[in-house]
Amino acid sequence: MNDMSPNKAEREAKLEGMGCRRKRVEDVRFTQGKGNFVDDIKLPGMLFGDFVRSPYAHARIKGINIKKAMKVPGVLAVLTATELKGVNLAWMPTLAGDVQMVLADGKVLFQNQEVAFVVATDRYAAADGVEAVEVDYEALPVLVDPFKAMDKNAPVLREDLKGKTSGAHGPRKHHNHIFEWTMGDKDLTEAAFRKADVTIKELISYHRTHPSPLETCQSVASFDKIKGELTVWGTFQAPHVIRTVASLISTIPEHKIHVISPDVGGGFGNKVGAYPGYICSIVASIVTGKPVKWVEDRIENLTATSFARDYHMTAEIAATKDGKVQALRVHVLADHGAFDACADPSKWPAGFFNIVTGSYDFPVAHCAVDGVYTNKAPGGVAYRCSFRVTEAAYCIERAMDILAKKLNMDPAELRLKNFIRRDQFPYQSALGWEYDSGDYHTAMKQGMEKIGYPALREEQKRKQADFKAGKTRDIMGIGVSFFTEIVGAGPSKNCDILGIAMFDSCEIRIHPTGSAIARVGTKSTGQAHETTWAQIIATEIGIPSADIMVEEGNTDTAPYGLGTYGSRSTPVAGAAIAMAARKIKAKAQMIAAYMLEVHEGDLQFDIDGFRVKGLPEKFKSMKEIAWAAYHSVPPGMEPGLEAVSYYDPPNMTYPFGAYFCVMDIDVDTGVYKIRRFYALDDCGTRINPMVIEGQVHGGLTEAFAIAMGQEIRYDAGGNVLTGSFMDFFIPTAVETPVWETDHTVTPSPHHPIGAKGVGESPNVGGVPAFSNAVNDAFGFLGATHIQMPHDYWRNWEAAKSLGLIK
Amino acid sequence: MIPGTFEYHRPKSVAEAAKLLRKSKDGRVLAGGHSLLPMMKLRMTEPSALIDLGAIAALRGIKKTGTKLVIGAMTTQHELLASALVAKNLPILHETAILIADPQVRYVGTIGGNVANGDPGNDMPAVMMALDATYKIAGPTKARVVKARAFYKGSYETALKAGEIVTAIEIPVPGKHGFAYEKLKRKVGDYATAAAAVLITLKAGKIAACAIALTNLAPTPLLAEAAAAALVGRAPDDAAISAAVAAARKIMDPANDTRGTPAYRKSVGGIYVERAIKRAIARAAG
Ligand SMILES: Cc1cc2nc3c(=O)[nH]c(=O)nc-3n(C[C@H](O)[C@H](O)[C@H](O)COP(=O)(O)OP(=O)(O)OC[C@H]3O[C@@H](n4cnc5c(N)ncnc54)[C@H](O)[C@@H]3O)c2cc1C
Repeated sequence: MNDMSPNKAEREAKLEGMGCRRKRVEDVRFTQGKGNFVDDIKLPGMLFGDFVRSPYAHARIKGINIKKAMKVPGVLAVLTATELKGVNLAWMPTLAGDVQMVLADGKVLFQNQEVAFVVATDRYAAADGVEAVEVDYEALPVLVDPFKAMDKNAPVLREDLKGKTSGAHGPRKHHNHIFEWTMGDKDLTEAAFRKADVTIKELISYHRTHPSPLETCQSVASFDKIKGELTVWGTFQAPHVIRTVASLISTIPEHKIHVISPDVGGGFGNKVGAYPGYICSIVASIVTGKPVKWVEDRIENLTATSFARDYHMTAEIAATKDGKVQALRVHVLADHGAFDACADPSKWPAGFFNIVTGSYDFPVAHCAVDGVYTNKAPGGVAYRCSFRVTEAAYCIERAMDILAKKLNMDPAELRLKNFIRRDQFPYQSALGWEYDSGDYHTAMKQGMEKIGYPALREEQKRKQADFKAGKTRDIMGIGVSFFTEIVGAGPSKNCDILGIAMFDSCEIRIHPTGSAIARVGTKSTGQAHETTWAQIIATEIGIPSADIMVEEGNTDTAPYGLGTYGSRSTPVAGAAIAMAARKIKAKAQMIAAYMLEVHEGDLQFDIDGFRVKGLPEKFKSMKEIAWAAYHSVPPGMEPGLEAVSYYDPPNMTYPFGAYFCVMDIDVDTGVYKIRRFYALDDCGTRINPMVIEGQVHGGLTEAFAIAMGQEIRYDAGGNVLTGSFMDFFIPTAVETPVWETDHTVTPSPHHPIGAKGVGESPNVGGVPAFSNAVNDAFGFLGATHIQMPHDYWRNWEAAKSLGLIK
Repeated sequence: MIPGTFEYHRPKSVAEAAKLLRKSKDGRVLAGGHSLLPMMKLRMTEPSALIDLGAIAALRGIKKTGTKLVIGAMTTQHELLASALVAKNLPILHETAILIADPQVRYVGTIGGNVANGDPGNDMPAVMMALDATYKIAGPTKARVVKARAFYKGSYETALKAGEIVTAIEIPVPGKHGFAYEKLKRKVGDYATAAAAVLITLKAGKIAACAIALTNLAPTPLLAEAAAAALVGRAPDDAAISAAVAAARKIMDPANDTRGTPAYRKSVGGIYVERAIKRAIARAAG
């Protein structure tokens, strides 16, 4: 039989397996308004909770008067820290080893901090109740600038930590210091800097921004007093972790807690942590005996639940005069806000920031991160990136450009000169990671060719001459970014959350008629798991994707998993899915052998069933085998066809990519135009190219927003200036550039299907491409580094500081 | 983001609306709601009653009477954009309306609400000042008229007295003229970082008449009289334009907000005035 027969192609196409541009099955309900989100959940007798929030960034609470609020029709209860203390929940543990106030206990530490929780029969009554609560504040001095946090006479923010000279991550140097985390070899790095031909040093800040998912954070808690059972529907990226945390901090045993993440409208890291709203809805349900819903509004989401970044990175590179990098040194001042509520694996207070050597072969490196408290909202989550990876990528990609400028070298050429070569993989980085695979030179060269790099540089030269001659006021920038990510947290040797190893899991059941259900420990917040998980199984065991139902998010039915963030779903759960499928396939092979009366070893898998080697007409389809599994298994074998796999990855995966941005800026107005943006991604094996492109488009749009203006900005009094979408930049389709996507494929050698993860690459690689374009545009006029975000007025300020504005 | 409690009325006539307004302590009229409702949701204003003008047919419509175009206060931005009368007689209103917010807002946001709101970020007030429009006002006692140029007193402060309703806007239709509304904004749906409205008439190679007004460059919209005077009687050359821009910059007093520092907004404000003048001249000549 000819292997390329049309029959074979047809059978393969019918599976819609890996590599197929299968349409997203979840969109059938989403595009018809039939999704089921937390706010769609309506239970009989359900109450609503709403927060009284602090107008002050730092103040002592002298009293809370709830009398008037309790008189508002419909208001049933007002919780304050006093009530929560009764159940030992005024404070909660954070994922970063700190504690956080659930409701203000004695003082408030950031604007819009949760002060009291009003419970009422409907949202309107709750909002009126919030207005009626009277809080007596005494303003305290406010600390906003992280660079002043460790001043000798800086105000004491965390009185609860008084006298504590060490925290979860070692010694504390100051009352506003959280931790210092270091990696690499300090002495060797210093030695390399001492003998370097050329060095650069620059403070590269990644401003504070916010994941701002379309759906805000919300929950519905329902406590059944008779059964002693708690059910919580919530916007959780990691429902199992929430169940464990809920059990640990309450007295409810874990088997009596049911956590359900229904459809989730975007997460981007915002929905990993535990928030006061979740806790208060649970406590309120226990107190009132009724289900309680809490729904955050946009302003609350932007100002109170986890922000991202606020990393101030002083980067230094040592290099030879012909541009070979010798050493990297980075110090980071990390502003965590009022509580350290970062969502990182427990032992990693600065996430995987030690990926900061990027795609380059640094012989030695050292990095140190100091975390500090300020009077700003807590957080520091990974906004569409693996933990602190976008910060690291931004830091190294800006620093390489600064070095190129100092050496008078083309930034693409400098990168090509310093890339880790293909033959160096697996590669041990100076800061402790083992990069699994990569082919950076091929990707970079492909990108340079597609964008027409040399011609662009020629054009730029002409434009620069025109500018200097006064013929134009436009400057042209070409941004180059080559990123390496570290995703797929993670191997149990490196990663845990509160002691739970960061594996993931899958359970597959094949039904007698040959269709299947797969339950996975992750939780899609828009990544199309229902579509792509089925594709992996389809290819692995030969059942059409359309016949496989994927289910996630219910802790009663899904196997334990660590959830979806840090691009971990495909690297970890994707592997668990493939491994579970392979267990099924192995059993199916035994059954097929029995049916065909041959030895297992005489069979080979052929798209959608098993065939006897050398006797092609002897074939059993998976559909037939499934039926047999429930009807006539070999003697001694258990009936049924199902499998569970828990996958502890042996290593992280390291996706990479080459991005180019071409931009024109009018120096007089600061107005920019993105002329082209090209993104080449290598995420290893590609499960669904259409979904990948969608992920890349979305991530690039976020990167564009962040680099060009999206920020959470505070004034000196700690007031948030960008608390709504009027000021917090969310680009519309009109502003969003046209994206040109491309790819190379370098599979991960340790992953069962070679896939690496892609959801976050565009955010990680996109931000430096935009920022480098702006810096490249101004470079010939004398700029070394212009801080993000690059909105119109700041571009104008940059032009002004270069003397370009009369 | 939930407003306080309020009464809701939907009268059928202006007289009834005025009566309801008078009766309520601190009631507000509701037009398209796209400025008022967001403020109520933030509880920055908590009126005890809303008097919805949506059912008053007399407040809608665009008609030409003699040399004037009369636009009912409840005419939506979308209706302005769809109107052939506006396109023919006052094309600057088209150019401005299309830069306001987005289609969803323009389907319900009204011209009356836009001019009566008193937010320096609203685009129509400056245009109305440039056009020398007159607002027709119904009140508790008797009707009156106020010139757009005398209407704006401060941020959210207008000549409107308690209980008064803008019923229509009357705009003299200019003869052959050039016009432009130039607006810098950060994104679709954003208020102006800086914007300028310019109307110019040319006669024998000289600027015979000119009006310039500015949006969001001070606590109120501004009529840039000195800037216009710098052009009138002169040939439309670079020197004259520079003088006008300098005069316009002099009266700018923009806020310091996330759109930029005052220095930046004055700088780009001047550039947008210049661009609007040049485009208006080109059109006037064409
Ligand atoms: C996302 C968004 C973007 C926007 N962008 C812009 C923009 O770029 N430029 C711009 O100009 N506007 C913008 N707006 C505002 C929009 O144009 C509003 O529609 C307009 O400002 C008010 O008109 P309205 O009909 O909605 O009035 P309402 O919101 O109903 O009323 C506004 C105020 O005027 C009063 N009022 C209304 N009608 C009358 C009347 N006939 N007599 C007396 N008082 C009256 C009301 O009592 C209220 O105080 C934006 C709005 C949104 C939501």
